[in-house]
Amino acid sequence: MQSLPAIPNIFKLQRGSGSPRRFQDNLVIFLFLLPAIVLFLLFVIYPIFQSIYYSLFNWKGFGPAVDFVGLDNFKNILKDKVFMIALRNGLLIIALSLFAQLPLSLALAVLVGRDLPGRVIFRTIFFLPYVLSEVIAALMWLFILNPDPERGFVNAVIMFFGGESQAWLGNTDLVLLSIFAALTWKYFGYHMLLFMTGLQNIPTEVEEAGRIDGANSIQNFFYITLPLLGSTIRTSVYLSVLGSIQQFILVWIMTKGGPVNASETMATYMYRFGFVRFQLGYGSAVAIYMFLLCLIFSLIYQRLTRQPDYLTGL
Amino acid sequence: MSRKIYIILSLLIVAAFVLTACGGAATEAPQTEPDAPAATDAPAAATDAPAAADKVTVTWWHISTAEEHKAVWQKLADEYMAAHPNVNIEITVLENEAFKTKLTTVMQSGEPPDIFQSWGGGVMNEYANAGLLKDITADLDADGGAWRNTFAPGALGVYAYKDQNYGVPWDMGMIGFWYNKDLFAQAGIDAPPTTWAELLEDVTKLKAAGITPIALGEGDKWPGMHMWAYLVTRLGGKANFEGALLRTGSFTDESFVKAGVMLQELVALEPFQDGFLGATYGDEATVMGNGKAAMELMGQWAPAVQKDNSEDKLGIGDNLGWFPFPMVEGGAGDPGDAVGGGNGFAIGKNASPEAIDFVKFLTTAEAQQALVAINVAIPVVKGGEVGMSDPLMVTLQQSLANAKYFQLYYDQALPPAMGSVINDSVQGIFAGTLTPEQAAQAIEDSAAQELK
Repeated sequence: MQSLPAIPNIFKLQRGSGSPRRFQDNLVIFLFLLPAIVLFLLFVIYPIFQSIYYSLFNWKGFGPAVDFVGLDNFKNILKDKVFMIALRNGLLIIALSLFAQLPLSLALAVLVGRDLPGRVIFRTIFFLPYVLSEVIAALMWLFILNPDPERGFVNAVIMFFGGESQAWLGNTDLVLLSIFAALTWKYFGYHMLLFMTGLQNIPTEVEEAGRIDGANSIQNFFYITLPLLGSTIRTSVYLSVLGSIQQFILVWIMTKGGPVNASETMATYMYRFGFVRFQLGYGSAVAIYMFLLCLIFSLIYQRLTRQPDYLTGL
Repeated sequence: MSRKIYIILSLLIVAAFVLTACGGAATEAPQTEPDAPAATDAPAAATDAPAAADKVTVTWWHISTAEEHKAVWQKLADEYMAAHPNVNIEITVLENEAFKTKLTTVMQSGEPPDIFQSWGGGVMNEYANAGLLKDITADLDADGGAWRNTFAPGALGVYAYKDQNYGVPWDMGMIGFWYNKDLFAQAGIDAPPTTWAELLEDVTKLKAAGITPIALGEGDKWPGMHMWAYLVTRLGGKANFEGALLRTGSFTDESFVKAGVMLQELVALEPFQDGFLGATYGDEATVMGNGKAAMELMGQWAPAVQKDNSEDKLGIGDNLGWFPFPMVEGGAGDPGDAVGGGNGFAIGKNASPEAIDFVKFLTTAEAQQALVAINVAIPVVKGGEVGMSDPLMVTLQQSLANAKYFQLYYDQALPPAMGSVINDSVQGIFAGTLTPEQAAQAIEDSAAQELK
């Protein structure tokens, strides 16, 4: 990581390393960090190790864990067809997020970032779903997707135009797409906001220069705006992938992973075993897999995207 | 100089932080010994000090969300608090599914409520086994069994595990078909079906008349599971299930598989409302209560929930009828055998004597009559049936009383992991993603693990 040339000079003014003052500085930094570190260790690191411990047991979640089974839980998970469905669904949601949700957010960000009439209103409207709690969003979509055309909005519209009503959440082929629609509705505003901030950081001069040199607006977008948005897009993709892997609330409320596991995600799978079937050891093992998946993705992704940013050089 | 001040300040902040954290923990775990004199920082001291020493708080979680029913529980609690000013009863009303989720969480943290909804059986046994429930055998047997003798023994037995009682029932009923007489008449059906073949015929007639024959909330899984369980009971009878349970038989035995095949025959007629695979029990009751489907297979609480979920809050009134699950031609089970269960209260391990006394108050004949008056319970306490006037409830109670073999709901009678596998597998049959053989095999695999 390189900093801008002007900044290091400030830090290199006086103290060298190893001096008593340096030590005092570090001590102060450490003390200020301590509360956060304690909380982090207590509520993040400790539970992770607890999960690892429990994942080695056949444990119902009550009382001490005694039935040690080694890596059996991990082996059994990989043998379970339902886990594979959950994994496949997770990958599907990731793919859909990257290739449908993010482009949509970007397009809208470009639209409402421009000088269009009423853009402030649209900006607010687009961001509104993200403000709603996930539970409320899920309940709303339950109403909207109700299979009875007299009650469900989507089916009412379809019937009005002469189509056939669908059981959006009761059909194993449609359920994942229906949930994805709700997910997109819920999260596109968030990514739109990220992109908008990114767009604002792009100096207008660059685009202006492009325009003067004869680039049309499409060329301008693909050769200037998009590359300059690189770091924002990387962040967006990263958040989107991790969010997809961990998706739980919306799915659990809308379908509980059903019908017959058609909308199962790894998180609902984990929850089902931990809290419905009282197999917390097995559930912990699922959690470890999820953790590893996120960790590996993060490491690879950071390695892959370690190119310098055009604007800041970071 | 100023640096020193910084360091001292930061130390203070850290100390304050750590102390507050400890203070918080103390309130979560009441067993921690209070160190009142040593605590110098205000917030920790405040939380350590116990409130009014004599006031006893009883926590009670129930799932009776229907307005009338909720009101009866509240009234009983108010009466008890008025008579016992030192007792404060904190009621938490939860919807069925939410309750199960929340209860599991508090159970895993080892802090059960004092009194909570229970269906007895496998789930309760699991809690009892983990030492999370209070053994109230002695309370039941006190004064020569004064409290115990008020209960119907069969109903009380559901809340016993290894001869010790961990809860008491307040309702015990059976599952049967609730039907809309008006819609049956419209389809030209003059008498409810008594055999499975007749049921299938009636379903075809209802379909032909443009009526949704059966309301089903299969998204919740248990409503459809009962249909499969009843078919198993009709086909195999008592010996069949007990054999599988005691591991002398298997859940892949003929009647378990055949029940799935018969269920497939029904599903093939497409008798359910649109989207039934994603629907909840609440949706099912709404469809019935609004008169949009001809029947549903459900327990004794169905009329109350139909009413509450219907648009006019009246349900279908006198149009509602009840008939027992039809017999199956050639089945080994007696046509009178009943699948059912009831509601009760389990007692958490931290329950005070006051909590148990309050449960006694909740299961008096008078309290039972209050529930009977609004048709939400089939009484289990002697004298509770006084005032039971609803003809449907009377029919249901008589069917139950005449049953030679009573089978507790499968998802409650068996260990939770198995119950969940049964629910999932039967849903697979409804969705057509599992064959009856595969479903039976999945259940047997789980049994092999859980019923050691």
